[in-house]
Amino acid sequence: MSDINTAQPPMPAASQRRHFVRSVLTNPTGLVASLALLIVIASAIFAPLLAPNDPSAVQIFKVNAVAGDGYLLGGDGSGRDIWSRLVHGGRNTFLGALITVVIAASIGVTAGLFAGFYGRKLDLVARWISDGIMALPALIVLLAFYQALGASIYLSMAVFGVMLSPGFFRLTRNLVNGVKHELYIDAARVSGLSDLRIITRHILLSVRAPVVIQTSIVAGIAIVVQSGLEFLGLGDPSTPTWGGMLQDAFSNIYVSPQAILWPGLAITATVASLVLLANAIRDRMQQGGVQVRAPKVLPLAASEPLPPTTSDMLLDVRDLVVAYPANDGWREVVKGVSLSLKRGEVLGLVGESGSGKSQTAFAILGLLSPGGRVLSGSIRFDGIDLGKPSGDEVRALRGKRIAYVPQEPMANLDPAFRIGFQLVEPMMTVLGISRAEATRRALKLLARVKLPDPERVFRAYPHEISGGMAQRVLIAGAVACSPDLLIADEPTTALDVTVQAEVLDLLRDLQKEFNMAVMLVTHNFGVVADSCDRVAVMKDGRIVEINTVADLFAAPSHDYTRMLLDSVLEAGRTRTYRPPMTEGMRA
Amino acid sequence: MIRYLLKRVASGIALLCLVSTITFMMVFGATGNVARNILGENATADQVTALNSRLGLDRPLMVQFGDWVSHAVRGDLGPSWTMSESVASALASRLPVTLSMVTIAVAMMALLSAMLGIAAAVRGGWADRAIQIVSVAGFAMPNFWLGLLLVLTFSVKLGLLPATGYVSFSASPSAWAASLVLPVTALVLSGIASASQQIRGAVIDALKQDYVRTLRARGVSPRSVLYRHALRNAMPAALTVLSVQFIALLGGAAVIERVFAIPGMGSLTVSAALIGDVPVLMGVVVTLIIVVVLVNILIDFLNAWANPKVRMS
Amino acid sequence: MNDRILVDCRDVNVHFGAHHVLKHVNLTIRPGETVGLVGESGSGKTTLGRAILGIGPVSSGEIWFDGENIAGVPPRSRKGQAAIQAVFQDPYSSLNPSMTIEDILTEPIVARGLASRADASRQVRKLLDQVALPSDAAERFAREFSGGQRQRIAIARALALSPRLIVCDEPVSALDLSTQSRVMDLFIEIQERTGVAYLFVSHDLAAVRHISHRVAVMRFGEIVEFGECDQVTARPAHDYTKRLLLAAPVADPARQAERRAAFRALAMTA
Repeated sequence: MSDINTAQPPMPAASQRRHFVRSVLTNPTGLVASLALLIVIASAIFAPLLAPNDPSAVQIFKVNAVAGDGYLLGGDGSGRDIWSRLVHGGRNTFLGALITVVIAASIGVTAGLFAGFYGRKLDLVARWISDGIMALPALIVLLAFYQALGASIYLSMAVFGVMLSPGFFRLTRNLVNGVKHELYIDAARVSGLSDLRIITRHILLSVRAPVVIQTSIVAGIAIVVQSGLEFLGLGDPSTPTWGGMLQDAFSNIYVSPQAILWPGLAITATVASLVLLANAIRDRMQQGGVQVRAPKVLPLAASEPLPPTTSDMLLDVRDLVVAYPANDGWREVVKGVSLSLKRGEVLGLVGESGSGKSQTAFAILGLLSPGGRVLSGSIRFDGIDLGKPSGDEVRALRGKRIAYVPQEPMANLDPAFRIGFQLVEPMMTVLGISRAEATRRALKLLARVKLPDPERVFRAYPHEISGGMAQRVLIAGAVACSPDLLIADEPTTALDVTVQAEVLDLLRDLQKEFNMAVMLVTHNFGVVADSCDRVAVMKDGRIVEINTVADLFAAPSHDYTRMLLDSVLEAGRTRTYRPPMTEGMRA
Repeated sequence: MIRYLLKRVASGIALLCLVSTITFMMVFGATGNVARNILGENATADQVTALNSRLGLDRPLMVQFGDWVSHAVRGDLGPSWTMSESVASALASRLPVTLSMVTIAVAMMALLSAMLGIAAAVRGGWADRAIQIVSVAGFAMPNFWLGLLLVLTFSVKLGLLPATGYVSFSASPSAWAASLVLPVTALVLSGIASASQQIRGAVIDALKQDYVRTLRARGVSPRSVLYRHALRNAMPAALTVLSVQFIALLGGAAVIERVFAIPGMGSLTVSAALIGDVPVLMGVVVTLIIVVVLVNILIDFLNAWANPKVRMS
Repeated sequence: MNDRILVDCRDVNVHFGAHHVLKHVNLTIRPGETVGLVGESGSGKTTLGRAILGIGPVSSGEIWFDGENIAGVPPRSRKGQAAIQAVFQDPYSSLNPSMTIEDILTEPIVARGLASRADASRQVRKLLDQVALPSDAAERFAREFSGGQRQRIAIARALALSPRLIVCDEPVSALDLSTQSRVMDLFIEIQERTGVAYLFVSHDLAAVRHISHRVAVMRFGEIVEFGECDQVTARPAHDYTKRLLLAAPVADPARQAERRAAFRALAMTA
């Protein structure tokens, strides 16, 4: 709920797939890469038409010849036409890459699907094999197997395919692990679908695009490795290949250095196109269909003189507008919010998801998500202007006079550090006290937030404590420097209801003890009734009503507030059971 | 923690046994014309049979394997079929050369890709663009071709560095360094691409976490958020990349050593593969797997340090 | 007729490794009845729902449904195959993002060979109409709908196979307040029209009270209280139910102050 509303307007969806391909192609990188690939592949297919000479025909007087005279790119060390060998070499290279990719993908994807879906022993064995194969230096193994595999490069490429299958396996397995706990898989099971059907219908769909990307990259690796093997002399010397050409050019490097250029360029251009195409597809997937480009011209925050405020006014927000870049300029998520807080006052900020309540809070903290900007309006804290674009003012106040309690306690502790350190570090930075002093204070705070064994919690890592305990730790961290203003973003939403009651009690006690002003962002009117002095109701980025708690519940002035309050399930009459006349659904 | 590492060691030993067996069956099972290769086209059939029986190739495969294993566990990998030294002593002189080259390359790659990756993750913009171009180019250019271009430019055209050859560190440290500049550069440039991109991704992921916002809200300095918290959390992903790169470089070294005429494991493998010196090939595979297993255990160890959840289990 | 039982759970136990997550659970559901199942996270309420659905394990005990012991039997192996359906909590992950709504709704019908594709497509319009969604919704993808609309689609999918019981696992907890009450009303309306029974799993006592005929309260894998809805949610017998009831804040400042005091008093004595 803390996130900005990402719901997209409905759009006709009949041409989703075509739309995907088109948007990859309209991306300049994607288009260039696709065209380049098309040219290289076409020239390999039509090599006999494009090559003026037989790639194996030797003309003694053209050994290491410069370009021209029938040899478009000159002659190689044996007097063969480099251009003709180049286009024919493409054929053999692509065939090898194709073999590798098909074998790697079919082994890896199949194994990944089943190991990921069934897990347990199958997964354990498959993972061990895959890790084992990945631990082998592929080129060395191919060299060692050379005598067994013989001079056919294609057999080597097939073995190489097996060695690259762990890439596909790990990718697929991780993707399957990601989706197999999705509820739509459970729903399919409940509908009575067979495992095989679930795997082929539901799971395969979600691994499709990443597998295409991986295929493109593996094809690139295969081309590079194949040319490496041929360069070392492990290929069939009678067929023209890019690697073999490089081997020949290498032996004549002092006589005819330019000959090493062409095959290398061919490999590089082909592999680069494959990678760029993969990147274009990946970019397209990550954007989820929307091409977001930040608008160039930034509307500047209006620097009008600040209106005067009274002395007991702690926070004064006026006409705050917050926006994120969208495809056509800025999308405003907060549209002109004005509110104020006195010292020691608790203000509830209520609204449904996407109403802009969390974004208002983050704007005050100066901690909007990347891309987010305060477009206009003013934020003043105790007479200090926090709305300046540099953010220096608010940075100096954060953790000192303005504190924050987040929504998801477990996600808000760094998993790599002990809890004690996460309390001590900010105190040392902000208060400039010694480590010993900070430790002493941290232990006192942990006891203050009623954690049963402060010493143990201090030494624990976040994954060793419960969500309720983690929220107490975060509250302890927030009040560590006795702040004037505490901004709590849905502080109890992720907690069980009995834990919620205890945490609300704790927040209320601390608020009185430190005489803090609290901005409590929530969607729960019960929490508002429990803890707040005043309430602001938000809808679509605007405040529709600000009122005292008593008045809001007794006589809401805005229709929207009334509608929300009416939606609260009240302890009215319960239903009476009547056995149905026709039992079960007869649709 | 200790149980975790012991499990990794056991798994490494199991891998070593499995791969040795498969490799043995593959390479010794295909020794049909090795004697012919060694003796040349003009040898008589009798000579070939005699050599086969001298090398023990006329015995059943399982007997040969048992024989090899019983010697290998004592560190005796047998005599080379084509060189006048034992496999063990050939490996002993070659391994340090390759390892020093690969280790320097991995260290440089780690440093450069971390710098590039972090810069791209934090700055975006030009660093991001640069990394993408370098990535694509580094990935697409075969490292031996890059090596050839480097030789052409810096040795043939400019005459700044030796084109080929290797000087041992003990003979002359400066000549040793000079002989490694080009091969290491070729190795690093080809691997840095994927390493820096993955580090960039890991850092961006770490910076997106909720706790980063909370740390900033508590007044923790941006430096500490990035270098202490985000990097620590990006560490496991970065370490995995380096482990994969290390293995890739061991293979890549084979081709690079050929370009620069460096007497390491790679050139030993290539010549043994072309002629069919099977004991050497077995020795190379076994040695490299031991190296990889050791490196992976080291990386697991570092990972356990960075990630408390692993340490506990 | 009054005494007919649709679902009968007898001494159901579930172990996850060393954890005993369901302990000797007994529960009955009558035809056309809503049984609310309340508890906090880790209480085992979802585990019980999954056991009845056949997508979670059962270590021991029996679950009788229509003369068949379905404990530990996966959905596709059950005699009355489609008789138990589900609506899950998260409307975002319960619909496959790469399938159209029509594909999602027809899949179970077609996969079971209950109707041809064309017939199934016709049924889809009817289903969408029943959950008050426009029929042109069929060609769209799940991401184009809001949370509440998605939950309506999930309900339509559950109805597609004419079930006799729907297990609803926190079906409204991810929804906004105003959407919540509309979806709850839809559930009630469908039950009154079709006579389907619900097992309504939720952490929200107010929601459970609104829809249930009988309510069971779970804690640490045990049912601590099971009785008529009004009795359990207004005059609970068990201390834990009282705590649960008082812990949830109500949207009335004066009454909430009293409840808070009562909750604190209860915590003192506990």
